[in-house]
Amino acid sequence: MSNFFEKSDLSRKDAESIISETLANCDDGELYLEDSKSESIVLDDNKIKSSNYSADLGFGLRCITNEVVAYSHSNDISRDSLKKSAESLKSTFKSTKGVYNHTIPKSNEKYYQDINPIDQKTLNSKIELLNKVNEYLRSRDNFVKQVTASFSGEQKSIEIIRAGGEAITDIRPLIRFNVSVMLEKNGRKETGVYGIGGRQSYDEYLKNDNWKNVCEEALRIATVNLDSKPAPAGEMKVVLGPGWPAILIHEAIGHGLEGDFNRKKTSAFHNLMGQKVASEGVTIIDDGTIHNRRGSLTIDDEGTPTEKTVLIENGILKNFMQDRLNARLMNTRSTGSGRRESYKHIVLPRMRNTIMLNGKQTQDEMIKSVDRGIFAVSFGGGQVDITSGKFVFNCTEAYEIKNGKIGAPIKGATLIGDGPSILKEVSMVGNDMMLDPGIGTCGKAGQGVPVGVGQPSILIDKMTVGGTQL
Amino acid sequence: MVKDQEYLKSKAQYCLELAKKIGATDASITVANSISETVSFRNKLLDESNRSDSLAISITTYIDKKKSSISSSNLLDSNLKILVEKCVETTKITPEDEYNSLPDKDLLAQEVKDLSLYDDSHIENSKKIEYLKELEEIASQDKKIINTESGFSENKSNFILANTLGFCRGYKTSSFSASCVTVAKDMNSMERDYEFTSKCHLSDIKNPSELGKITAEKTIKKLNPQKIGSEKLNIIFDKRIAKGFLSAFASAISSSAIARGTSFLKDKIEQQVFSKSLNVFDKPDLVKGMGSQSFDSEGVKSETLKLIDCGNLKEYLIDTYNGKKLNLRSNGRNSGSTNLYFENGTISFQDLLNLSSKNLYITETIGHGSNLVTGDYSVGAAGYLIENGEFKYPISEITIAGNFNDMFKNITLANDLDFEYSTNSPTMMIEGMVVAGK
Repeated sequence: MSNFFEKSDLSRKDAESIISETLANCDDGELYLEDSKSESIVLDDNKIKSSNYSADLGFGLRCITNEVVAYSHSNDISRDSLKKSAESLKSTFKSTKGVYNHTIPKSNEKYYQDINPIDQKTLNSKIELLNKVNEYLRSRDNFVKQVTASFSGEQKSIEIIRAGGEAITDIRPLIRFNVSVMLEKNGRKETGVYGIGGRQSYDEYLKNDNWKNVCEEALRIATVNLDSKPAPAGEMKVVLGPGWPAILIHEAIGHGLEGDFNRKKTSAFHNLMGQKVASEGVTIIDDGTIHNRRGSLTIDDEGTPTEKTVLIENGILKNFMQDRLNARLMNTRSTGSGRRESYKHIVLPRMRNTIMLNGKQTQDEMIKSVDRGIFAVSFGGGQVDITSGKFVFNCTEAYEIKNGKIGAPIKGATLIGDGPSILKEVSMVGNDMMLDPGIGTCGKAGQGVPVGVGQPSILIDKMTVGGTQL
Repeated sequence: MVKDQEYLKSKAQYCLELAKKIGATDASITVANSISETVSFRNKLLDESNRSDSLAISITTYIDKKKSSISSSNLLDSNLKILVEKCVETTKITPEDEYNSLPDKDLLAQEVKDLSLYDDSHIENSKKIEYLKELEEIASQDKKIINTESGFSENKSNFILANTLGFCRGYKTSSFSASCVTVAKDMNSMERDYEFTSKCHLSDIKNPSELGKITAEKTIKKLNPQKIGSEKLNIIFDKRIAKGFLSAFASAISSSAIARGTSFLKDKIEQQVFSKSLNVFDKPDLVKGMGSQSFDSEGVKSETLKLIDCGNLKEYLIDTYNGKKLNLRSNGRNSGSTNLYFENGTISFQDLLNLSSKNLYITETIGHGSNLVTGDYSVGAAGYLIENGEFKYPISEITIAGNFNDMFKNITLANDLDFEYSTNSPTMMIEGMVVAGK
């Protein structure tokens, strides 16, 4: 556990009294302290291209009154600096008469261990493995023209001190291993990317030569794409594979169910609580409690224990994801969804692991039911316009479906749909739910946070595919 | 106040000397301080105030051809000592790379040019609030506007870049930005749009009523959109979308993409990649330019490049490492392009709309649908249908697709270029793209 006051002229007692005084007439707020260490080692073009290490330390002081948030952060943890921040906040609230809410739920559950993955594996052994990945891939296939492989690891140690001196801490490990391979054949170039990760040590993910499986998957995707033909254009049926394609759920539904957009009534979902927003059989949860997953958190960045929040149950909209601010203003409770990228950022309600639960059908049944459509297995990024509800995502591995059979692979195309209506177009939900391999980062208001997704195969009756073939 | 040059220099010199002393053959240090103050409004009331003070150091050490980097926000001398030691230790065990080196000494900038990138003006939060009040007052006049959000941000930065070749320079920059997002609603739809202004000098930003008015008009115009059928069409890109093609072009001609072979523009030097009438410039010394610089992030001086001459590719954007790999010299583009723009076209905006009887005018794209390896392009889009030069009705939930290799050769530009951002394009038409809708 980091002792944030050890090398500072600021004592814990001083900090507590500055916090309590600053927040005295506010509704909520806290001092957030963060000590993060991160590394990234990249092999590219046959060489170790970079080996970076970063150590960041800082605090953010926040006070909230009514709807107004004042925030001040600095990387100088000192008496002077905290006082300066406190003054800056006070100047925002000239006369406030809030009543500080001291209630914060408690839990003894922990969803990952207090480890520092960076120190658990030597730099030498990481470099050695990246070189092995490079050699392995280049020896597997003569068409391999470029290999990029990387390790990134971090340990983030946080402490939240609330008015009155209550302190809550968490230590969060996170790693990611990523492989990208480019093939060139007959003048055509295609890439395949795959990665794995989560909140355990590197070796937990790499044991039993699992790195080879990652290489093989990246190579397989690139190989498939070498033979891809131009994608069709227009409205058609789409079968989504299990696991990572659930970023469709994340973009189409997830963002629109975040508390802030609904309190502000800018989400297309804001007036749909309790109503049918998806086909029967569709249940979607946002779960921060799955052990060691990339999107899991023991506590959120306001100190609230995370939970498994039911968003949509059997087609009916049940809950939004809330941080403390939006929960208070909407007369509900925080779902442990208050997150921030770092001490430099304000808290926003965010997703953790967003998952569609199993249904009864098989992927086979879905494919067989489609006369003309596409089967999408893997995606790159996605994006949504919260207000209009329109969302997109990009296929990185997809096939055409003709007369109930999977056909040729097709080139990366964008799929576009309408969030509030897309889940009503889901006509089959599979029984093969899978979680993604642990690679997702969600962006919102310029802040990136690690997230997870999961789903079974699903059949969507109508979506627009952005190919070039009319 | 941001930290002065002397403070930043003293930290950089301390690290350089220490690195040398404990075994680094070369080193490069960047120390930067940035202070920003932002006030946000929502529905004509204060929503958020945010003050940020960030100090950061980034240390790169070399031992002959070995290299490693470290960065931190803790600048206490006791911590810097630990960081430099850790960096040198890591360098020792990092494999050699023959292309690792500091820039060639003769390419290092000899001066900091006076480009007027810093404005000492300070705007108090109370003044920011006045600006935003006026902005949202105007933005919310039409009753179809149901939500307004706006923000005003002031940013002051200072940095120093120092290396063991004796280079030690830096300068202050400032930016003042205001933005507005409005949501409009009618019986059938809810739409959102935005507008922003960002300049080095406070006096150059748009006035609040203009910003509010433009945002509201744009948003209301989008209401009640339709979906159109799938067909091949000529597409006109609003300036704010058209500049994105220049950004994609800049990424594709970066020496890293070229050296790795992962660019659709590899080996295209002296070949036609754009329509024959087009010229593209990258100008680092534009006075008050949002992308201006005296030197790049390695200290290499940068001069104006004519990247595209009559449609032909003339130069890549080159940094030291990838330059050495390609046997080319750095042209001061380690940080990418600077002020990148298409030279103006020859016809007016209205004449561009009239070029064909039916086309789409795209004001918004979503998704990350540019593949720079293959040049394939496919994104979600929204905009307007234009018939006989007139805006007919808004369009949404469509995709547009093509391949940059063809798209770039079918560009026609209007003559309405201005220098609003760091990358700028006149309004652009691309012929024959595939639209997917119903």
